[in-house]
Amino acid sequence: MLFSGRRKKFGTSIQTELYVQPLQFYGQPPLENISLSEFETFAVDRLKLLKTVENLGVSYVKQSEQYSKKLDSELKTLNFPYRSEVDDRKLPGGPSESEKRRKDHISHFILRLAYCQTEDLRRWFIQQEVDLFRYRFNGLLSKQKLEFLHKNNLQYDAISLKEKKELKEKLVSSTYAISGITVEDQDFYKVPFQDALDLVRTRKVYLKEGYAYIPHQDIVTIVLNDFRTRLSKALALTARSLPAVHSDERLQPLLNHLSHAYLGQDYSIQKNVGKISLEQIDSLSGKSFPLCMRQLHQALRENHHLRHGGRMQYGLFLKGIGLSLEQALQFWRSEFIRGKVDGDKFDKAYAYSIRHMFGKEGKRTDYTPYSCMKVILSNPPSQGDYHGCPFRHSDPELLKQKLQVFKVSPSGIVQIMELVKGMHYQLACQKYFELTHNVEDTPFSLSHPNQYFSESQKLLGGGGGGKELKREVDASQRSQENSSSRGFSAAQEAADSEHEAEMTKDLNAFFEDV
Amino acid sequence: MPSSDYDSACLPDLLPLYYRRLFPFYQYYRWLTYGGVQKNYFQNREFCFTLKDDIYVRYQSFSTLNELEKEMQKMNPYKIDIGAVYSHRPNQHNTVKSGSFQALEKELVFDIDMTDYDDVRSCCSAADICTKCWTLMTIAIRILDRALREDFGFQHLLWVYSGRRGVHCWVCDEAARKLSAAARSAVAEYLSLIKGGEDTVKKVVLTDPIHPFIRESLAVVEHFFPQYALQDQDILARKESVDKVLALVPDDVKKELQQDFQNEKKSDVRWKLIKDQARKKQSTAKKGQHFDKEIMLQYCYPRLDVNVSKGVSHLLKSPFSVHPKTGRVSVPIDLRELDSFDPFAVPTISLICEELDRPKTGEEEEKVEDATEKEDERDASEKRRIRGHNCEDIFADHLITKEPVWQSM
Repeated sequence: MLFSGRRKKFGTSIQTELYVQPLQFYGQPPLENISLSEFETFAVDRLKLLKTVENLGVSYVKQSEQYSKKLDSELKTLNFPYRSEVDDRKLPGGPSESEKRRKDHISHFILRLAYCQTEDLRRWFIQQEVDLFRYRFNGLLSKQKLEFLHKNNLQYDAISLKEKKELKEKLVSSTYAISGITVEDQDFYKVPFQDALDLVRTRKVYLKEGYAYIPHQDIVTIVLNDFRTRLSKALALTARSLPAVHSDERLQPLLNHLSHAYLGQDYSIQKNVGKISLEQIDSLSGKSFPLCMRQLHQALRENHHLRHGGRMQYGLFLKGIGLSLEQALQFWRSEFIRGKVDGDKFDKAYAYSIRHMFGKEGKRTDYTPYSCMKVILSNPPSQGDYHGCPFRHSDPELLKQKLQVFKVSPSGIVQIMELVKGMHYQLACQKYFELTHNVEDTPFSLSHPNQYFSESQKLLGGGGGGKELKREVDASQRSQENSSSRGFSAAQEAADSEHEAEMTKDLNAFFEDV
Repeated sequence: MPSSDYDSACLPDLLPLYYRRLFPFYQYYRWLTYGGVQKNYFQNREFCFTLKDDIYVRYQSFSTLNELEKEMQKMNPYKIDIGAVYSHRPNQHNTVKSGSFQALEKELVFDIDMTDYDDVRSCCSAADICTKCWTLMTIAIRILDRALREDFGFQHLLWVYSGRRGVHCWVCDEAARKLSAAARSAVAEYLSLIKGGEDTVKKVVLTDPIHPFIRESLAVVEHFFPQYALQDQDILARKESVDKVLALVPDDVKKELQQDFQNEKKSDVRWKLIKDQARKKQSTAKKGQHFDKEIMLQYCYPRLDVNVSKGVSHLLKSPFSVHPKTGRVSVPIDLRELDSFDPFAVPTISLICEELDRPKTGEEEEKVEDATEKEDERDASEKRRIRGHNCEDIFADHLITKEPVWQSM
């Protein structure tokens, strides 16, 4: 503690320099010493924040009013800088703005350590951080934006007035909220299209010979692109120096647990293998399958075929509810050979991909059943496909019809359609769950088709086969809980400190929330 | 499909001959080395062979032209796919630390398959094609070729007939080969207008303002639409197909049109009625009413298999690979003569192998001599091989006129 005085001074000078700006690119890592307990709270708070960013991104339109309101309040409760307050006001009892900025800075770097380890983790972390950054950047005043660009040496080439005039018509018709008059007052930046992918993807920018012409109001896209590239590079670098961090036995268990938090429940663990017979599937699909799987099951029975996207989504779901590899092969084979595929062709062309799904071929990854988020956001269905989320990917009229066929009450349908209209697809599905199971206010929040299934089985426990299944699930869950707490106690012994025990307890509580 | 001269049972007998005497190895190698600018570009490229009984052999790679030639002549693959350029030699991928073996570059590719148009063509379904629906491929090529060149600034585009029911595009520019997966998917999504699967009726929704790219694409579609959709497919004649079209217009307009159609049976007049309604709506409604344009796009706009374009490591059937089902060679398509390209005139492996045995005529001798003047000895001998079919010339053109850098190397 001899040097504490000096270090503090050093710390504050850095701080004043770093925390002048309400927003930063996180170019400089924090250099101060912090306590383990601060390390832990910062990390957990940021993780909560990023989880919120992820959830809001699915439930609401990004940048919509509700999205902003919810994110604002989360930033506020977690003591992160939430609005570009220019003056360093300190609310009675609350931390000052610069303390919040410090927390933002440090917590970001802690999570970098936890989330640099695998491709999947990096992708998740980058996505959430980018969304958070976008939200904050858009919240800045235009003066602050310019300051930010200037401070970070971000310079983009604006096109000349002459060029602007030549392209005027094209620029107007490719850019939202710009009229002929405003084109002349606006700066347009010409950048390689690779630097503005979000705008290119949605056709919100004019493209010519490989260059995107970006209006000043959309400059956030290029800034974000920069941010993303830097973060991605930084994470790759961090991953390389990770062994050094891992040798610190105080941090390692904490970091590992932080990085597991985003996954939620992992339905790839086969806890009830063989507890379902193939004959049960038809009746289960009516009772306990979410709409997306029911639809796939129906399409499979009708067409005796599913395209790749459908086979993946449905096949992994079935694996998650307990079909063994042998059962899966039998299931798919018996259905496919009733259609245009003969047994020989099935064994050659399709059996491989089913074994692949179970991690028995190729790089032998044991694939995880798709979550709602994955179903909603990735690989939308196209011609001939039946996969995807019916609440997201069906025409409202068709969805209505389908719900009628499945005997949802007219008032229930209205409620569901209202949620669909507001783009709350998971909530719509949960509503469907409540209506079809005759319950109100389910205690869980739906995020996974397999979760839907197990919750349904829990409720329907009364029925013969369901009961059995339920007992199995409960038992295996219990044993799993035991084993994980055993894992924890080992980690605790290694750490051998009271504080550490405290920390893991808190973390445990948090993970249960997640 | 009428490829009467080809019998898939003969394929095992024909392939050795094809790979020994017809496959344009030299040109092929020259393409994939890209002038040798980057070290090991060819050596680290993945090839995948499909053998008899659908046995896939992935991660093949070759260090020289000679090795490629020897191996293909030994294995006689039913089908050849090209994959990415990796960080290490693909055939040694098991020997490097896992995680360090990564796909680095590949041409930006597009795959358009006629099966994806099944809901909008009445002439054929699934793997079948005819000259009527082939127009859809012509439209697709015209639209995508323009956009890739003018909007994205790419220049080295190779269009290839897939051998059965579709076309592939290989964008070979250096910048295209280096694109990240995110950039590939952004390009593919920029180019995709048709959204939704079996549960979506209306697959194209336009909003104001209409992006220049969509305007340009519409111009192409408008050119083909009257002949293709109104005449050949006759989408406004039969009751069911009329209903399908009318499902895409707003409900109030639909009622009026249904009445009008009672008295009017001619397709082109019916189409004019739809267009008039759209114009009327546009002048009254505030929000964009573009249902006439949306119908045209839904029926004619290219349907991309986005997943093929997205992944850097995704495999795609190689040019000059034979399609095992039809026996047709995947030949490059000459865009200057795109409108007259006929998939049924593409040579089958049986045809060209048969031609080898036929004695040469004087006229063809002459042609060969012409060719010798342009190319070196080896090329000339290759020219002799696929006589009468100019597909290799197109491929050679692609190499010569498009990448001057390689020439100087």
